Amino acid sequence: MRSQTAVRKVSLTGFRYVVEARILNMIKWTRIIIFVAIANPILYLLSIGIGVGSLIDSKDGLGGVEYLTFLAPALLATAAIQGMLDEVIFPTFEGFKWVKNFFAMNSTSLTGTDIAGGVFVAALLRTTFTVVIYWIALYFFGALDSPTAWLAIPAAIFAGASFGALIMALAARAKNEDVFMLITGRFIVMPMFLFSGTFYPLELMPTFLQWIGWISPLWHATDLGRFLTYGHQISTTTLIFHLIYMFALLVVGLYFAFHNYTKRLAK
Amino acid sequence: MLISAAVSIAERQANRMGAKHYAGRSHVILERSLVALKSSNWFPVVSGFLEPLLYLFSFGYGVGTLIGDIQVSNGQVVSYAMFIAPGLLATSAMNGAIYDSTWNVYFKLHEGKIYHGMLATSLGPLDVALGEILTALIRGFAYAVGFMAVATPMGLIPSWWGVLAIPAAVLIAFGFASIGMAITSYFKSYQQMGLINISLLPIFLFSGSFYPLSVFPDWAQIIIKTLPLWHAIELIRNLSLGIINFSLLGHIAYFLVMIVVGLFFTTRRLNALFMR
Amino acid sequence: MDLIVVKNLVKQFGDFTAVNGINFSVKQGESFGLLGPNGAGKSSTMRIIGATSQRTSGEVLILGKDPEQAGPQIRAHLGVVPQQDNLDEELTCAENLYIYGRYFGLPKITVKNKLDELLEFAQLLDKKNSKVKSLSGGMKRRLTIARALVSDPDILMLDEPTTGLDPQARHILWDRLFRLKEKGVTLLITTHHMDEAEQLCDRLMVMDKGEIMAEGSPTELIKKYSTKEVLEVRFGSDRNSQMVEQLQSFADRLEELPDRLLLYTESGEDLLAKIVAANIHPNTSLVRRSSLEDVFLRLTGRSLIE
Ligand SMILES: Nc1ncnc2c1ncn2[C@@H]1O[C@H](COP(=O)(O)OP(=O)(O)OP(=O)(O)O)[C@@H](O)[C@H]1O
Ligand SMILES: [Mg+2]
Repeated sequence: MRSQTAVRKVSLTGFRYVVEARILNMIKWTRIIIFVAIANPILYLLSIGIGVGSLIDSKDGLGGVEYLTFLAPALLATAAIQGMLDEVIFPTFEGFKWVKNFFAMNSTSLTGTDIAGGVFVAALLRTTFTVVIYWIALYFFGALDSPTAWLAIPAAIFAGASFGALIMALAARAKNEDVFMLITGRFIVMPMFLFSGTFYPLELMPTFLQWIGWISPLWHATDLGRFLTYGHQISTTTLIFHLIYMFALLVVGLYFAFHNYTKRLAK
Repeated sequence: MLISAAVSIAERQANRMGAKHYAGRSHVILERSLVALKSSNWFPVVSGFLEPLLYLFSFGYGVGTLIGDIQVSNGQVVSYAMFIAPGLLATSAMNGAIYDSTWNVYFKLHEGKIYHGMLATSLGPLDVALGEILTALIRGFAYAVGFMAVATPMGLIPSWWGVLAIPAAVLIAFGFASIGMAITSYFKSYQQMGLINISLLPIFLFSGSFYPLSVFPDWAQIIIKTLPLWHAIELIRNLSLGIINFSLLGHIAYFLVMIVVGLFFTTRRLNALFMR
Repeated sequence: MDLIVVKNLVKQFGDFTAVNGINFSVKQGESFGLLGPNGAGKSSTMRIIGATSQRTSGEVLILGKDPEQAGPQIRAHLGVVPQQDNLDEELTCAENLYIYGRYFGLPKITVKNKLDELLEFAQLLDKKNSKVKSLSGGMKRRLTIARALVSDPDILMLDEPTTGLDPQARHILWDRLFRLKEKGVTLLITTHHMDEAEQLCDRLMVMDKGEIMAEGSPTELIKKYSTKEVLEVRFGSDRNSQMVEQLQSFADRLEELPDRLLLYTESGEDLLAKIVAANIHPNTSLVRRSSLEDVFLRLTGRSLIE
């Protein structure tokens, strides 16, 4: 007998079908997705970037770096993570609980791995769109200051992907959607957003809180992004560590996402 | 025919003004919220008071280190954490009240059909509307007390007038809750409800929680000064810093008008809201 | 005394007319049934009488009062079981009953003392502290019915009360409703089950497309709109319709259903003999007494259970 929970190889056709289905679903929300993708960076850059920025820059708190420049890569990575979360959490709940369409898909030849992979890739596409728009906004605000600045785009998507995979794995196991969203929102995403060196260098936080940054993909992507967009100094070891950490998170997250999807479908 | 207790209770109210909309029993809606709190809602409600505190810790200390002190309207110089604490309290009063009076009402109306049950009893639609607003106020009050209990020992509320920030937060919640309820009565779909969230973000970002309005050009300041959250923040900030002058009355008046306008439209739209 | 009086009642949703000028009245202590196919306007009528929906025009008086002018006072007399359960999913069974009583303004202690009796009525004593979310469909239905009784209503309005109930629970409910009726409670019931209507209702009204097709006691209706007996014959689904023309002249009236033909007559046995004598041989045949089902079919052209 075949093990019910074994993670099986992705079949390309099946997986493509899931991606298409997800994208068709997103198209219904095109106007809102585009509106949010454009309005969000503009509002944050004007308010925090310029508002808080003018206070900080007048004191030159960041040693010559403009606050807007400092903030930009962090906002970019945050947008990637948020976009990714929206597109993995809701479809997971919809598929398993609200509409239960995953079970219908699973009764055709699609496996849990196909479905999870499809949802994930569709989410990545949407996130890429959001991040590119965000990056363009940053460019027009003059927040990018290096020829390598475009590399901040893949760096942000990388962070979104690794964190998104992990949350997708957890969402597939959640029993109560409301509680799940509450816990991820209030106890994971919000603290991560506020304490990952997003708004000020991580070193300014008390040492006993800095671990939040170290485990947070947002900090790794932000630090990397600062290196790429304005040449913030980091050592090669740190650079490699950022990449390895996010990669490891991505692999582990995806493994459990595939596993949990397959397991839940077999229930 | 034997007269039941329910009937004699209803008859006692029958000759009062507005008896067809109001049975004088909004407190039972609050009681329902408390029962639900005990049995299933305590976690979201209790954890809700963390949000402004997280912002306070992150911005107050981190960003505060970069910014240093800030000069406020009367020339007083205060730490950045002292500057933003009142803004965060006002914002959380707004967010809580708006959520309670919009999404919460919308869900109970369309998904849970909880109001259908309530309105099949001798309650009137105004009991339900006021009861939900009352619930929002109690929650706003509890969050304000919780916030002050953390912020005051941290030395962020330098003036004794700061005690009045608690009733001020309730007043602010009242204003937002009654407007929120009125707005919900006009909305019919998720897309329309989504507009509420979209419009809250700029209100939150620009109303001066994180910096004095003087960073913006004059024309932008004029626009921001029409926003309710700016009045809320100014009211609470001035009270907690002990800046007492006539402008406070202006801010209070702003919210009184909001309450009256909100309740006026809510009452007018009661049938549209509850008796579809 | 007429407890409920409805005159020229019209209810429109936008351009669509759901209830189109109906008239009826219900006496105190009476048990009144509304029958009709899906979309006939039964629930719309019930909601207007229940003072939770606004009418477009016409006159409605409940206990002499207009529901739009005295909603809370009227609803204090009513126990409402809506077609779709609207229990409070965040609460337990006991809490649902408790808070519902409180909505009526009943003192806490009064309601608390009633809980066990009502839970017993719903056969849910063992689920007292379970969340409503975790109940089965039939259990929710029973709880909704028990909830309607928390205020000791004079008028009980039941919109398809037995949907989702198993046969045993349904019979228990009929029995309990019958006892309430004996105590003088007025019942207003909609249903799709003829046996239920025959069991419970003193008087019935058949509605279709927002209008009243007929009104009277079950026996009156059968007498007026049907013959004494019905002969049901089957020729196999492809042949049934071919036989219609041949059989038409034999019976007072003939109805063609997808799986069988119904021949209305005063004596089924005689009719069958005549048909066989004419060398027509159905695969199966059955003689039975006319029922409300036949009245319904005659009036609405539709079979009741769709
Ligand atoms: N809120 C509403 N908005 C628009 N149309 C409605 C609404 N409620 C009912 N209708 C329409 O009014 C008509 C009558 O509906 P009603 O629910 O009264 O029928 P019913 O006789 O109770 O049917 P059923 O046996 O299916 O319960 C239907 O065509 C329905 O589509
Ligand atoms: Mg109905």
